[in-house]
Amino acid sequence: MLEADNLECVRGERRLFAGLGFKLEAGELLYLQGRNGAGKTSLLRMLIGLLPPEAGEIRWKGQSIKSDDFRADLCYLGHLNAIKEELTPLENLLAAARLADEELSEDDAIDALEQVGLAGREDLACKYLSQGQKRRVALARLVKERRPLWVLDEPFVALDVAAVDWLAGIISGHLQRGGLAVMTTHQLVDIPAGTVRELRLS
Amino acid sequence: MFKIISAVIGRDLKLAMRRQADIVSAVFFFIIVVSLFPLGIGPEPDLLRKLAPGVLWVAALLATMLSLPRLFADDHRDGTLEQLALAPHPLGLVVTGKVIAHWLVSGLPLALIAPVLGLQFDLSTDALVVLTGAILLGTPALSGIGAIGAALTLGLRGGGVLLSLLVLPLYIPVLIFGAGAVDATVSGLGGEGHLSLLAALTFASLGFAPWASAAALKIALE
Amino acid sequence: MKDRFNLYRFASPATFYPLAGKLIPWFVALSVVFGLAGLYLGMLVAPTDFQQGEGYRIIFIHVPASWMSMFIYLVMAGWAAIGLAFNTRLSGMMAQALAPTGALMAFLSLWTGALWGKPMWGAWWVWDARLTSELILLFLYIGYMALTAAIDDQRRADKAGGLLLLVGVVNVPIIYFSVKWWNTLHQGSSVNLTKSSMAETMLWGMLLMALCFWMYSIAVALMRVRTIMLERERHTDWVRAELGANSSGAAK
Repeated sequence: MLEADNLECVRGERRLFAGLGFKLEAGELLYLQGRNGAGKTSLLRMLIGLLPPEAGEIRWKGQSIKSDDFRADLCYLGHLNAIKEELTPLENLLAAARLADEELSEDDAIDALEQVGLAGREDLACKYLSQGQKRRVALARLVKERRPLWVLDEPFVALDVAAVDWLAGIISGHLQRGGLAVMTTHQLVDIPAGTVRELRLS
Repeated sequence: MFKIISAVIGRDLKLAMRRQADIVSAVFFFIIVVSLFPLGIGPEPDLLRKLAPGVLWVAALLATMLSLPRLFADDHRDGTLEQLALAPHPLGLVVTGKVIAHWLVSGLPLALIAPVLGLQFDLSTDALVVLTGAILLGTPALSGIGAIGAALTLGLRGGGVLLSLLVLPLYIPVLIFGAGAVDATVSGLGGEGHLSLLAALTFASLGFAPWASAAALKIALE
Repeated sequence: MKDRFNLYRFASPATFYPLAGKLIPWFVALSVVFGLAGLYLGMLVAPTDFQQGEGYRIIFIHVPASWMSMFIYLVMAGWAAIGLAFNTRLSGMMAQALAPTGALMAFLSLWTGALWGKPMWGAWWVWDARLTSELILLFLYIGYMALTAAIDDQRRADKAGGLLLLVGVVNVPIIYFSVKWWNTLHQGSSVNLTKSSMAETMLWGMLLMALCFWMYSIAVALMRVRTIMLERERHTDWVRAELGANSSGAAK
């Protein structure tokens, strides 16, 4: 499904990696590991098509990821939360879904917010939430997300133990449905389902 | 296509409504700049009437500049811009929506307040009508061209000043035709020619600028 | 234009650097030859203008500088288009190398325009359509240089600058047209440089000076692009070899 061939990354004057390739099939999870500055985030940005690789190619279902079809299959969660401080968690979820061209009903959105432990805070502007709670608003997107490829940058950061378990469960469910996931993380979290691969950047 | 544009407009307007101070301060900036001119050049009505179109338009350009840096900067800072760039529709449509929303909260208020300020300069009713029409017609072009500059300078140090440097020369045709329309009305030549050129500029820049801005945003996101 | 095709084939900095080094002396020499011939014709041979006296002779600098300032902007936009379409490294470097020369030409054109204007119309500056457009062109050059200077990442600087150039080149005709319209409406003093029927020697003088400016611009742009190459590619082997050879040569 997702194939990367001979990727090369140059940032500024440094060559971060070259000749990097991998294949990921349905139901598989790829952990990207490496020191700070090894190029994990750069690789993720290449995989979602924001950063053109210096050399090499990335294909999704056999086609170059430059096509618009690819982005209709992609869900990306960066280290920034991509939520608006002035909007409430509910408005944020609904707006994000509309802008990403996804169907999301208000009931589903409320349900998702309840699952991440924000019941009763749906109508409070996000600027009044704590950092951890804001992160949960961002993660709530994943609850109803049915797009096949998830690319997650450090999803477990700033989460407490219960939330880490909950998120691991969500990712497992995604893999069981035949989804793919690529993520960077410092803490190796056990994902109960799916095949886990690792890629170490050095 | 219209679905995504209206979704962007809806979201940006909602955000603007929760931050009304920004809109209000840009409008007051406009009022203050315009009011400073008579203090600088003296209160002779003939002189003021002659200067009014130029003064109002230059002030409108500056007031638009004021709100441009935030057009993409907020979305860039909180990561929303990445999400918009990753949505399955072309980024140019998203930018079109943002440009329209920007005009609704920056250009439109200026057009509404401009006739009142024109009264301070002793403009005739005809001239006031043309002035309002010209600002209504011309400010969308300002938002569109400005979006290119805002996208090019996204995340740069000294971005605001740089933005003015890039965008103000490109604003010159709008200034000339906008102020010219009022001038021509005052002198009895009729401003229709200017207004139709202004409309052409606006349509051209609304068609072209969002795609150039989208290209610039992709460069900035790399 | 032939020159440009060559450059395009030599798009890799490692091959282009030595080639540019070999070409520079030729362009310098040609520039000097054309310049001397042009100045001789313009200053000594061309007849005194019966209306404007000797003061008109500044057009031998003014007109070629104006031509070059516009032409260089077009060439930069051409490089920008190539760079954005084919993602070649050389294009951005060439555009950046040309910008200061273009800005210099625009400035020179304004300066000589002012010097010429004082005896002709009794004012240093007239809001003439051409002078005003030239001033705006200078702003565009400065905007380009400020933008590329503000971006640390060279690749992003090249692309963003290239995009700005393309936007600028689309806008230049619109700006020129609007300024002209504005000028005729306000009945400012419109000055036509080519209005008076020109003596043949004057035309030749002007053409030679234009060639001189042309050669100068190419020579300076090549020198600048060589410096930019060394700076940007300082971690590559060929730059190390180049610099190593130079310093050992100097030590001998």
